Amino acid sequence: MRVTQGTFSFLPDLTDEQIEAQIHYALDHGWAISVEYTDDPHPRNAYWEMWGLPLFDLTPVQADVAMREVKACRERFPHHYVKVIAYDARYTRQTTALAFIVNRPAEEPGFRLERTDKADRAMRYALHGYAAERPPGRRYG
Amino acid sequence: MTVDKKDRWAAGVTPYAEMGYYDPDYEPKDSDILAAFRVTPQPGVDPVEAAAAVAGESSTATWTVVWTDRLTDHRNYQAKAYAVEPVPGREDEHIAKIAYDLDLFEEGSIANMASSIIGNVFGFKALRALRLEDLRIPPHYVKTFQGPPHGIVMEREYLDKFGRPLLGATVKPKLGLSAKNYGRVVFEALRGGLDFTKDDENINSQPFMRWRDRYLYAMEGVNRAIAETAEIKGHYLNVTAATMEEMYERAEFAKELGSVIVMMDLTVGFTAMQSMSHWARRNGVILHLHRAGHSTYTRQKSHGVNFRVLAKWCRLIGVDHIHAGTVVGKLEGDPGSVRGYYDVCRENHLEADPAKGIYFDQDWASLPGVMPVASGGIHAGQMHQLLQYLGEDSILQFGGGTIGHPMGIGAGATANRVAVEAMIQARNEGRDYFHEGPDILERAARGCPELDAALQVWKDVTFDFESTDTPDVLVTPTVA
Repeated sequence: MRVTQGTFSFLPDLTDEQIEAQIHYALDHGWAISVEYTDDPHPRNAYWEMWGLPLFDLTPVQADVAMREVKACRERFPHHYVKVIAYDARYTRQTTALAFIVNRPAEEPGFRLERTDKADRAMRYALHGYAAERPPGRRYG
Repeated sequence: MTVDKKDRWAAGVTPYAEMGYYDPDYEPKDSDILAAFRVTPQPGVDPVEAAAAVAGESSTATWTVVWTDRLTDHRNYQAKAYAVEPVPGREDEHIAKIAYDLDLFEEGSIANMASSIIGNVFGFKALRALRLEDLRIPPHYVKTFQGPPHGIVMEREYLDKFGRPLLGATVKPKLGLSAKNYGRVVFEALRGGLDFTKDDENINSQPFMRWRDRYLYAMEGVNRAIAETAEIKGHYLNVTAATMEEMYERAEFAKELGSVIVMMDLTVGFTAMQSMSHWARRNGVILHLHRAGHSTYTRQKSHGVNFRVLAKWCRLIGVDHIHAGTVVGKLEGDPGSVRGYYDVCRENHLEADPAKGIYFDQDWASLPGVMPVASGGIHAGQMHQLLQYLGEDSILQFGGGTIGHPMGIGAGATANRVAVEAMIQARNEGRDYFHEGPDILERAARGCPELDAALQVWKDVTFDFESTDTPDVLVTPTVA
């Protein structure tokens, strides 16, 4: 399977040039860039690990600075999911403006759907990542 | 010969304008509710008197003088028409601006506000037609409403979906599918790449599919699709029913099954909508509104209630999604007007803008935004137009444009998702995506047979009809 979280997961994996273009767009809007990684891509995992603090003060010409962080994170965690997040701190937004995956494990084993029968045909569903059954850091090779 | 003016308080009929319902010198207070009415008087009726009559009949007046007015500080409770201006190019039509004191309205009640402002007055004989074009609702009143149960920001964080329009589809055919077949459509469309699927407005609990069975199969489809994509997905389970008790029962069951979202129809009425809004906030379930029936009173230019007023009321009532037009699809919608509706739903502050049909500045005082929904006759080949006209914070619903795909429902969903992601990517890279849209889609389709097939099937489908309703500043109705 392919984890299709993020803004561009249905497109072919972005090249570094394409990633940098998106970072440039974000910086142009005054958004901060951060990089996060995880080996637990459960859709309810709201807190991926932060690769340092968000880069708050970059200007559009410094897209390469953010790109260096992307590359460093990917090199350190080549078998993890890594995403780039652009954060809009403006009043009434104060939330993520763009978030896309820039690295993923070569093999994505997917999720098991567990059903628990309840009374009167009602069903409870739970999701278990096959990879998440191994300890953190040893999940995707 | 001079006619003696009747004393204001003498028994009998005094013209509304002379009773204080017209006051060109009145300066609206910050806390007043302001209304812009399009007034078409009967032949021979003075527009100022007609405007004053509207102010009178939507506030304290009755047809004759009553002495009991004098037991009150009546001037406070009288609405005042403070501006009456002819509409350029529209014979007999005038825009009357009317100010209402806040005291006239019960806190936090759209039912009350509607009963006052659009209650009796629309049937008034001295008027040939009357349309409520816009309202300025002051923060003093806005703050008495709960507003959207979640709002755009919370919904995006909840779904973990950012930076692009959300995608949906209404299950088709909307009537006749059994629950099991229905759930199949939900599953395929969500697995293929959509974020949401949706019950149609008239899918409630009919003999061919009862609500409880539909909920069970739809949620099986939703959860299967979540497992195959690792994305949060949902199906708008329609909780519209004959009584509030039944609506609550259905909503509770949807929550029990773990649905992230439920929906209701505008036909349930303002009070039921507000009750469901409070339920949705209490229970953490996103609330979608289908504006079923609105065109019966929003579409005609000279009579009824403009949709922008309804959109404002729905933001106060508190819904997370509202259908607000597509511009390019099969249903009525002038681009300027639709943009105005979208702004009303999403922005925190609006400036008066005749090109968008916005008559007043509006401060929403941080009331969360509502996600506008575009639905009806749209397809992947229009993605550049949809993004241009409707923006990123929107939900694009491709019913036929998903389910009617020649390679199947999942392929239809994939085509839409690839199209939207490719368009966002191109826009962010600085492309002139509106003009280069067809080229961007064609390139994306080279790596995606599903999109290629969608473009082939629907490439020539457009709905170019003249709008029946356009802002007055636009001389020529525009089509996409």
